[in-house]
Amino acid sequence: MMRSRRVFFTIILMCAGALMLFAGIVSGEPSSVMRKAVYICLECIGIG
Amino acid sequence: MARRLVQLLTALIYNINIKGFFAGGIYKGRLKSVCVPGLNCYSCPGAVGSCPVGALQSSVGAVRNGISFYVIGFLILTGSIFGRFICGWACPFGFLQELLHKIPSPKLRKKRAFGVLKYIKYVVLAVFLLLLPAYFFIRDGVTVPAFCKYICPAGTLEAGVPLVLLNESLYQSIGRLFSWKLLVLAAAIVLSVFIYRPFCRFVCPLGAVYALFNRVSVFGIKSEEDKCTLCGACARACKSDIDPSVNPNSGECIRCGDCVRVCPTGAIRLGAMYFNKPGDSPKRRDAR
Repeated sequence: MMRSRRVFFTIILMCAGALMLFAGIVSGEPSSVMRKAVYICLECIGIG
Repeated sequence: MARRLVQLLTALIYNINIKGFFAGGIYKGRLKSVCVPGLNCYSCPGAVGSCPVGALQSSVGAVRNGISFYVIGFLILTGSIFGRFICGWACPFGFLQELLHKIPSPKLRKKRAFGVLKYIKYVVLAVFLLLLPAYFFIRDGVTVPAFCKYICPAGTLEAGVPLVLLNESLYQSIGRLFSWKLLVLAAAIVLSVFIYRPFCRFVCPLGAVYALFNRVSVFGIKSEEDKCTLCGACARACKSDIDPSVNPNSGECIRCGDCVRVCPTGAIRLGAMYFNKPGDSPKRRDAR
């Protein structure tokens, strides 16, 4: 991959990631991640 | 040495809720809404952040209600900046495997089978993180995290074992699934003694995600053709069995920097925006 195309692709990906992250934060998704994470995940520990 | 320090610090920062290890409970504060970049179970008594793999499974389970931008955006942003640099520097379970690999024993390297086994992690990513949680592993409207439930040895080690030992009611609840997960953990531990980071290289879906970004990530490895003498020292030093002079930004490279350290001419460098010029690698491949 040419250097300029690679840099362009990297910047596009970073912008897309940052935008999606921002959109997720604005729409309140961190709280749904938190709701899942503040309880012991029985499946994760091999019980559920 | 610097990498070891960063790995240790990262593991401590991810799991700074030390009192959880004594109380047998988990941290329930607001930081749990933030994902950490490495594989670290959010049910670990010490964990203060969320594991992106666990969070991703929950988010794809909500695919019928629309895509979850938060976790996917986090992975794209982290991957495009760091790639598998995270695996090499900021993953506690990878750190543990590296320590186990230091135990003196015969080491298995450059096996032909490894070239095939490395693709398993992409299958695990597609099936256990995306397909099963999105369409099949849904119970009462809640996603069952298939990877965490049946595979993840990090969850067993960091959360399962300490919580079961510290919590009587959980201890009473263990059954076949826990035995299976202990078996997977034991396999990961034993194999790590003989093979360099086997879970990361062959199974870890988070490694698979970051591997997709390795060729375009901001942090990368640059191999300078005019300085390279094709001595092969970097390929011999690479425990991930790649040749950094030919393929410096392979999806298997975890940016450990071993190749940088052994290069006698300083032809290989690790850092930001170090991308090879077009045509570098094919020319080298012809020379060999």
